[in-house]
Amino acid sequence: MRKLIFGLVFAVLPALGLAAGGAVPLDHIETDHTNKESLQRGVALFTNYCMGCHSMEYARYKRVAEDLEIPVELYEENLIFTGAKIGELMKNSMSKDMAAGWFGAPPPDLTLETRLRGESWVYSYLRGFYKDETRPLGVNNIVFPNVGMPHVLVDLQGLCAVEPKVGVEASVEPLSGNINNGDLCPQYASEGSMSEAEFSQAMYDLTNFMSYMADPVRVERERLGIFVLIFVAIFFIFAYLLNREYWKDVH
Amino acid sequence: MQKLIQWVDDRLPIVDAWNKHLAKYYAPKNFNVWYFFGSLAMLVLVNQLVTGIWLTMSYNPSAEGAFASVEYIMRDVEWGWLLRYLHSTGASAFFVVVYLHMFRGLMYGSYQKPRELIWIFGMLIYLVLMAEAFMGYLLPWGQMSYWGAQVIVNLFGAIPVIGEDLSLWIRGDYLISGITLNRFFALHVVALPIVLLGLVVLHILALHEVGSNNPDGIDIKKNKDENGIPKDGIPFHPYYTVHDLLGVAVFFFIFFIVVFFFPEMGGLFLEKPNFEPANALKTPAHIAPVWYFTPFYAMLRAVTVDLFGLPAKFWGVVVMGGAIAILFVLPWLDRSPVRSIRYKGWLSKIALVIFAVSFVILGYLGLVPATEGRTTVAQILTVLYFLYFILMPFYTRMEKTKPVPERVTG
Repeated sequence: MRKLIFGLVFAVLPALGLAAGGAVPLDHIETDHTNKESLQRGVALFTNYCMGCHSMEYARYKRVAEDLEIPVELYEENLIFTGAKIGELMKNSMSKDMAAGWFGAPPPDLTLETRLRGESWVYSYLRGFYKDETRPLGVNNIVFPNVGMPHVLVDLQGLCAVEPKVGVEASVEPLSGNINNGDLCPQYASEGSMSEAEFSQAMYDLTNFMSYMADPVRVERERLGIFVLIFVAIFFIFAYLLNREYWKDVH
Repeated sequence: MQKLIQWVDDRLPIVDAWNKHLAKYYAPKNFNVWYFFGSLAMLVLVNQLVTGIWLTMSYNPSAEGAFASVEYIMRDVEWGWLLRYLHSTGASAFFVVVYLHMFRGLMYGSYQKPRELIWIFGMLIYLVLMAEAFMGYLLPWGQMSYWGAQVIVNLFGAIPVIGEDLSLWIRGDYLISGITLNRFFALHVVALPIVLLGLVVLHILALHEVGSNNPDGIDIKKNKDENGIPKDGIPFHPYYTVHDLLGVAVFFFIFFIVVFFFPEMGGLFLEKPNFEPANALKTPAHIAPVWYFTPFYAMLRAVTVDLFGLPAKFWGVVVMGGAIAILFVLPWLDRSPVRSIRYKGWLSKIALVIFAVSFVILGYLGLVPATEGRTTVAQILTVLYFLYFILMPFYTRMEKTKPVPERVTG
C-alpha cells in the first residue's frame, strides 16, 4: 500500500508547480452555484448590461430559466430582448464586423469566460475600471491594461478617479486601529447609484452567474460524485472480502 | 448451457482459449501493487473506447462546428458532460497507469530475455497512445488544441530537405485548419484505435507465451510439480481476477474524485486556454503540451546549440525522438545476470532513482515557461536520462548482484 501511495504521489508531482498565478494581484472569491438569489440577480445584471455586446451562444435561455428557478413567462418577458424563443441559444444581435470596427475587436463570447480566465480574474476585472484620459474611451482597467471595453457599469459604480485597490488585502493597523485599504476606490470622479459595498455584491452576483454559465452542471456533478464514491467504497469492501476468501488457499 | 458451449467449442476453440489465457494461465503468486497497472490500462482503454464512441455520436469534426459541438455535448446532450469528463480524465489516467506500468517493467527487469517482444509491443502501444492523445487533443478545437498541434507539427519542419513538405503533408494545409481537424479525427477514432487494439492483443499473446515476470524476477517455470504446474504459480482466474477487482476499486475511487470534483485538475487535464475557440490570428501567451508529453517537450527545448550546420531545433527533435527510441533497445542494454532490482547492485538502484527523478522533474520543466536557469537544469536532466541507458551495459555488468532465491519470496 505504501508503494501504491508513493507511486501515485509520483504521478501527480508535476501538478505542484502549477500554483503560480498571473502578473496582477486579484481579489479572491468563492462562487456558490446553490445561491439562487445571487444567480438570479446575476442573470438580470448580465442581460441588462452585458448582453448587448457579449453573447453566451453555447447556452440556452431555457436551461438558465430552469436552473435558476425563474418562471419561463417571466424570463421571456424580462430577460430576452432579441425576440428569441426560450429554447434558443443566447446569441445577441450585434454584428461581429461592426463591433470590430467600434472596439478594435468583436466583444468575445462570455459563456466560458470564468473557466478561461478564472472567477477571481473576472470579479477583479469588473471592479478594476478607473478614469484614464489617455485612453480612447476615457477608462482603463487595472486587471486588463489598455482594455478596449468601455466602463459599462459606470452608472452603478461611478468612475474611480485613480487606480482602484484591486488585490489589496484590507488590514487593521494594530496601534491606531485604522483600517487600511478598506475601500476599493479612494476617490471618485463621478458618483454612481450604488455604494461601494452594493457594487461589490452586484459584481459578485454577476461573476457567480458567469461561473454558473461556464459550468452549469457543477452542483449536480458534485452531488452525484458523492454517491458514486460511496458506491465504489462499498464495492471495495465486497471486492476485498471476495479476494480474501479466494486467497485463503494460496500459501 | 453446457451444450451450447460444446456446440461452439466444436467449431471454435473457446474452452482452449479460456484455459490458456485465464483459468490455466499460471501467474506468479507474489505480484505486488505494481502489477495492478496492466489490467488498469485495459480498463482505461475500454473506458476510452466506450465514451469515445458516444462522444463521436454528438461531435462535429469541422473547424466551424467542433468547439460549439463540444459545448453542446457538455450542456445539451444527456449525460454528455459525464461522457466527456470520463474521456478527458481517462486520457490522463491512461498515461498515469502506463507510466507506472512501464516503471514496474524497469524495476523488475520485465523486458529481459525472453520478454523482449512484450517490451517492444508495449513500447509500440506507448507510441501509438501518444499519437492518439495528440490527435485527440486537437478535436475540441480550443486555443491550446490549435497551437499545441501547430507547434508539434512544425517540429517535422526541422528535418533537413524534406521537413517543410512533410509538415505540409501532415497538416494538409499551410496552417492547422479544418482539413487537419478532419484527418486527425479519422485517425483518432478509426485508424489508431484499430492499431492500438491489435498491439494490445500482441502484447498479451506474447506475454502468455512466455509467462509473467514477478518482483523477484525469477522463472517460476523452472520449478514445477508432478502435474507440470509451476509451484509458485496460481491460475490467473480466479485469483488475479478477484485481486484486480481491488485495484479497480481503488483506481475508480481516485479517478472519480477527479471526474466529479476536479475535471480540469487545475488546468493540467483540461488546460485553461482551451476554453477559448481556436484562433489562427491570436497566439496564447504560453503554449505547453498536456502534462504527459512535457518530459519530452522539456528535452526538446533543452537543446539550444546549432551543430554541423543544422539548427538547434532539429537536434532538439532528434533528442526527443531518441529519448523514446532508446527505450526500444532497452532489453539489449541490460547485461545484468538478474532481472529484479531487488537483486541488482546499488549502481542499478541509484541509476533507476536518478532516471525516474529526472523524468519527473523534466515533466515539470516542460509545463512551465523556460528561463535560463530552468534550461540549464533541463539540459543536465536530459543528459542523466540518456546516461541511464547508455551506461547500462557497463554498470549492470560491473556491479555485484545478490544471489537470487530458488522460489518466490512474496
